[in-house]
Amino acid sequence: MNIPDSTHPACQRRHQRSPFAIGGEKALEWLIRLSGISAILFVLAIFFFIFREALPVLFSERFSLSQFLFSAEWYPTSSVNVRYGTLALTLGTCAVTALAMVIAVPFGLGGAIYISEFSSPRAREALKITIELLAAIPSVVWGFIGLTMMSKLIVTYTGAPVGVNLLNGGIILALMSVPIIVSIGEDALKAVPDSFREAGIAMGATKWQLVYRVLLPAAKNGLLAAVLLGVGRAVGETMAVLMATGHAVQIPHGILDSVRTLTANVAAELGEAPVGSDHYRVLFLTGVLLFAITFTVNITADFVIRGFKKK
Amino acid sequence: MTKKRFLDIAVPAVTGLCVLFVIVAIGAIMINIIVNGWSQISLKFLTSAPEEGMTAGGIFPAIMGTFYRTIIMSLVGVPVGTLTAIFLCEYVSANSPLLRMVRFAVNTLAGIPSIVFGLFGLGFFVQFVGPGMDSIFSAEGQIQWAQPNILWASLTMAVLTLPVVIVSVEESIRTVPHDIREASLALGATRWQTIWRVVVPNSITGILTGAVLAVSRGAGEVAPILFTGAAYFLPNLTHSLSDQFMDLGYHVYIMSTQSPDVDATRGIQYGTTLVLLCLTFTLNAAAIILRYRMRKRVNA
Repeated sequence: MNIPDSTHPACQRRHQRSPFAIGGEKALEWLIRLSGISAILFVLAIFFFIFREALPVLFSERFSLSQFLFSAEWYPTSSVNVRYGTLALTLGTCAVTALAMVIAVPFGLGGAIYISEFSSPRAREALKITIELLAAIPSVVWGFIGLTMMSKLIVTYTGAPVGVNLLNGGIILALMSVPIIVSIGEDALKAVPDSFREAGIAMGATKWQLVYRVLLPAAKNGLLAAVLLGVGRAVGETMAVLMATGHAVQIPHGILDSVRTLTANVAAELGEAPVGSDHYRVLFLTGVLLFAITFTVNITADFVIRGFKKK
Repeated sequence: MTKKRFLDIAVPAVTGLCVLFVIVAIGAIMINIIVNGWSQISLKFLTSAPEEGMTAGGIFPAIMGTFYRTIIMSLVGVPVGTLTAIFLCEYVSANSPLLRMVRFAVNTLAGIPSIVFGLFGLGFFVQFVGPGMDSIFSAEGQIQWAQPNILWASLTMAVLTLPVVIVSVEESIRTVPHDIREASLALGATRWQTIWRVVVPNSITGILTGAVLAVSRGAGEVAPILFTGAAYFLPNLTHSLSDQFMDLGYHVYIMSTQSPDVDATRGIQYGTTLVLLCLTFTLNAAAIILRYRMRKRVNA
């Protein structure tokens, strides 16, 4: 076998790529690197540019941070005594989210257990596809449902004067969160090794014992993460709660009270706040607060999931 | 019946009822929308503009607005998301801190509330990039870009849907077998040639799936476009990137909450909601079918 001479044309061709192609390739590779870290840049940019719009109000004399966080008095357009207290809004968000979770968690976890453990493979595929489609329903459609059908049902069955209230928002958010909890919870249960199940059955455990004593403890981190991601979605949800919870800025005393959440408040008022005004900047500060809340919830969920992957 | 027998039947039954109840409840709601919306939908409803102060006529400008903004969004978001996924799979090793950081950023991005994206769009594009562009491109004192328009709304939505694209493309790139990459590199192809000629063609289904899911998500979101470009009513269709636009989801919101006579326009609201739902379901069904075919290929 003769070794080709390095001056042979076939060997030269490799070096004949035009400088254009080589330069272009370099540029493209840098583009890939830049895009690669784009997600990091966007997260930083989102925080920076929202904070940038909010920053000047922190030094305004009509604004105090403790009032912003701990006062329930939200009178952003009062001409005499402007007050920017978001406590009622924060509590509104908490109340709606809590009610939604009280409804969604049992259904979501029950659904995840059924799909992962008790359904036939064929039914499992069909159910997972259905759940995925339900998760894709846009939030404005949910808001519309809350505003029309759900509010009518609530007025008929509870006798509440208005149908758009905490209960309405809670039910709507619950229906929106169930698909997320089901699909992530199902993943967590699927991650439990089959040997656990086999051991349980071999020991003569009933299905209840298997679920309660074996699967739930083994998958508890994943299931907790599923619930946390449901919470994250409920806290950040905007259009649905804007349309379904009514518009009263108040600390709710019962589930038939109208409430307003942090997200809905921004959506409802930013359009009317003049650019650069204190009101406008306080709404951006609310955005910073929301960013911080959801970031904390998601980072917790992330840690919890990491914990369950290590095992 | 013994306690054991009872529990063996009760547990699957109760958990099954959980699924059944949720599906039946949401199904009933969907049927309600379909029944109420169907009577509204006609060719005229889909192809004409609103008339008589938004109390009659169709939703054509809203359909076109949503169409344009999802197209612009995909033109920006899908390439960036795809390149990110390529970076994650081909340029960083599986245990590098950079990979973990990017992955964490993607998760964070996916968890940020949609209204916060709206604030970002307003604070970054409209208030920061826009004035910069005006000082370069527009005549002195004229405001063309420093105001909400379809470009800013679409770009905001591209950032919002980025995680959807990244996750979907990454999943499919990871299924491309290592041997064909190595074969390509062994033949003397450069890393980029390998990516462009081997990895991308083999994961095109994943890129499509990501694009379809992003369009579905983006088409239905309203909160990010509230302050970045959506308009209640426009006499003309959107012609330029610096124009505002009408939008299906925004139309549902505005007609059902801010219209002077909410009850008189119920029909239009149901009709618009049904159109939006059909769009979302069709896109998601397409994504599911694409993914199914992709997985079948991998398993084969």
